[in-house]
Amino acid sequence: MLTCKQASQLLSQSLDRKLSAKERLFLQLHLLICKYCKRFGIQIRILRTALKKLSVNVESDENVRLPSDARARIANVIESTKN
Amino acid sequence: MENIHHWLSEHGDYLYRFALARLRDPHLAEDAVQETFLAAIKNPSFAEQSSARTWLTGILKHKIIDTQRKSVREIAASELIEEDANMDEFFDAQGHWSDLPQEWGMPDSALEQQQFLAILQKCLDKLPAKQQALFMLRDVEENENEEICKELNITATNAWVMLYRARMGMRKCLEMNWL
Repeated sequence: MLTCKQASQLLSQSLDRKLSAKERLFLQLHLLICKYCKRFGIQIRILRTALKKLSVNVESDENVRLPSDARARIANVIESTKN
Repeated sequence: MENIHHWLSEHGDYLYRFALARLRDPHLAEDAVQETFLAAIKNPSFAEQSSARTWLTGILKHKIIDTQRKSVREIAASELIEEDANMDEFFDAQGHWSDLPQEWGMPDSALEQQQFLAILQKCLDKLPAKQQALFMLRDVEENENEEICKELNITATNAWVMLYRARMGMRKCLEMNWL
């Protein structure tokens, strides 16, 4: 029987690699009797989706602009590189 | 050459947002944009048929990876072992949850979703830089694990351990602040 610690590790790794048949079987058995690990598995998937959304939000937010001091600095660097 | 200044005004904001979404640190994002323009001056391989924005974004992606690699590279072997063993705050000696994962009320309204994302942002900010970088590469950009490991020069096992650790920390932080 897997412990919750082992089950949570496999759940996390299942987002990053294909689990072996044996690992999947043991994990399924554990999830049948453990609602907390089942919850954990759902929540780390929610986490992944929400992180993506967060990133997309920043990228598409027109109010986020290159700060003017950075813009001036970069323009200067471009000028000095030219010469 | 005059194009460069035009590109800065035309694409500067876009490139900055692109970098900020991935690096999450304004200064690192500014630096990545600056490096991109420097590389653009030095390497005039820009083909007229591709759009300047696409070309610049391609350069920027490499600069972002360089930055992320630097964040992750500071992993000492001892640190990884510690990370592996250091799950004690989450589990008892028998491997049971110390704090049972609670049911999350999922954010329904747009306002609730915004609040959820704001908390997520705060929790993410608290993570060590290397865990943030891994999260960005794996969960947001959906790079293959192999690719990430090669780029960051870590083993697959290292990556799994760090991602596990990061997810555990994020989940707990969200639970404490969202519920």
